[in-house]
Amino acid sequence: MRRWTPYWLALPAWLWLAIFLVVPIAAMASVSLTTGNLIDGFTQTFSVSNYSDAIAKYSTQLVRSLVYGGVATVIMLVLGYPVAYWIAFKAGHRKSMFLFLLLLPFFVSFVLRTISWGFLLADDGILLGTLKGWGVLPQDFHVLATTVAVIGGLVYNFLPFMILPIYVALERVDPRVIEASYDLYASRLSTFRRVVLPLSLPGVFAGVLMTFVPATADPINAQVLGGTSNTMIGNIVQTEYLVNNDYPTASAISFTLMAVLLIGIFIYARALGTENVLEAAAR
Amino acid sequence: MPEDVPAIELDGVVKEYLAHGETVQAVKGVSLTIGEGEFFSLLGPSGCGKTTTMRMIAGFEEPTKGLVKLLGQDVTNVPPNKRDINMVFQSYALFPHMNVWENVAFGLRRKKVAEAEIKQRVGDILEIVDLTGREKRRPREMSGGQQQRVALARALVNRPRALLLDEPLGALDLKLRQQMQTELKRIQREVGITFVYVTHDQSEALTMSDRIAVMNDGLVEQLADPREIYERPASKFVAGFIGTSNLLSGTVDAVDGDLLVVRLGEHDRILVPGQAAAGDTVDLTVRPEKITISTERPEAGLSMVQGTVGELTYLGTYNSYAVALADGTEITVFQQNAIDSSTTAERGDTVWLSWRPQHSYTLS
Repeated sequence: MRRWTPYWLALPAWLWLAIFLVVPIAAMASVSLTTGNLIDGFTQTFSVSNYSDAIAKYSTQLVRSLVYGGVATVIMLVLGYPVAYWIAFKAGHRKSMFLFLLLLPFFVSFVLRTISWGFLLADDGILLGTLKGWGVLPQDFHVLATTVAVIGGLVYNFLPFMILPIYVALERVDPRVIEASYDLYASRLSTFRRVVLPLSLPGVFAGVLMTFVPATADPINAQVLGGTSNTMIGNIVQTEYLVNNDYPTASAISFTLMAVLLIGIFIYARALGTENVLEAAAR
Repeated sequence: MPEDVPAIELDGVVKEYLAHGETVQAVKGVSLTIGEGEFFSLLGPSGCGKTTTMRMIAGFEEPTKGLVKLLGQDVTNVPPNKRDINMVFQSYALFPHMNVWENVAFGLRRKKVAEAEIKQRVGDILEIVDLTGREKRRPREMSGGQQQRVALARALVNRPRALLLDEPLGALDLKLRQQMQTELKRIQREVGITFVYVTHDQSEALTMSDRIAVMNDGLVEQLADPREIYERPASKFVAGFIGTSNLLSGTVDAVDGDLLVVRLGEHDRILVPGQAAAGDTVDLTVRPEKITISTERPEAGLSMVQGTVGELTYLGTYNSYAVALADGTEITVFQQNAIDSSTTAERGDTVWLSWRPQHSYTLS
């Protein structure tokens, strides 16, 4: 039965996902409704109060994470779109080299990269130290342990994930369609607004998804570059799990975050992914 | 058609590219005028410069030298969005994110035409191209022929001074292509706009054009109406490129009035109009369908050559003979399929080929 071959070949991956994704998520969902502690053990009580308690306790960090993730995503979009555009339309035969450069940072571990950013931004580090030495910056100026540092780190770490999908979408735009727009009396700006941008929206959507979600949930940047007032929800999950061993609370926070992100993405998809936006752009 | 102000005028247009550090001339000096309302074709093999020439008319390329004029006005350095010329692209280049109506209205909206007028004009043009009722379709939901007509409507709705068509029928299958040829001709008559048609398909150019510029290697080889191009090719290249041609080469034996007497083999005697002196070598051409094939010696006053039938191919409406002359030259002869489907000669037979002197031409 040759027509079953694709299914058989896909089976290991499905099993892998089922065992290592669905099962743990289900287990976590179950844990999030238990009560107890590490010493006495946890018992399933279907206690929904875990959620309301967690939200009440950590709403500040949750909102902060969404704001940081959102701001970082917007900055990445603003920085990344022109880069993707430039590589897709202007880089010529050196395209693959620039794509490689874009991926180069990934050859260094995520944590290490963030830590080296820490060195770079340290109060008396290479950058600030030098600038202070020159008298360009006041002596008490600091970046580390501020919102700017955390969002900057998020932007730095996730930027390629914004650029790549936009690049792929732009690369697929037929240059003759752009010429057709010029031919039909559209200016450069108008061509971008009516033709290039709408055709790249699927890439923008993917890019936003691939950056907003991990950036919002990321604990590393806040931990390495942030201070006590920059704690993000990822740090809370980490602390509750690994330090406090409060598994129900940690699970409840994780699920809350997941739900918020899913709802946000759903609204975003409805706004951007549907034909309405495209039709508006066609006018 | 008023000939005084030509719709399009190219004056000594040259286009050079830099490729791998070397300057390449894609167009080596083209001058031509296209009359208002004319169906004009740029015909040639790929790489002959026809597309580059058209892109310079559209404004996508700036000529290295020379002028492009539109209705007498110099538009050489005017960008495409400021030129009253529209283009139908080879792969249609429809906006994939817009429906038919939006595609067609695009140009008028950019020109800030009033919404009511846009509605009127888009409706009218969709009727002309027979797409009324499909306004809400997306390009990908349509067949190649329909997309083709959307592309046509999208350009024509702007009532440009001239419409440029870049191999617009290339992606269609034969049947649809033939249908669209007739259709294009009808639409051109109906709207009365100058059409500049770029193609490598000689039959397409011959069928539709008022005049054809045959291009080769960045230059115009011949500019004439289809009949002239076919019947009196000006160069070896044109003769070879348009239809099937027999190319012969021989020595002028004598000059008889305005006819040259050219000898090939012992029994051969070719009469051809031309200017040459006895002893000169001349190239000449004759179309396969102008040649009569017979087993008996033809009457005097005709050009005649003797040869042996090689391949005989049955092609439905006609038979094609490949006849080898004594010097090895192969001549193709088309013979209309007779009522009784008989053939004059078979493979291996010795035959006479003859044609009227005025059906052959010397080539430069």
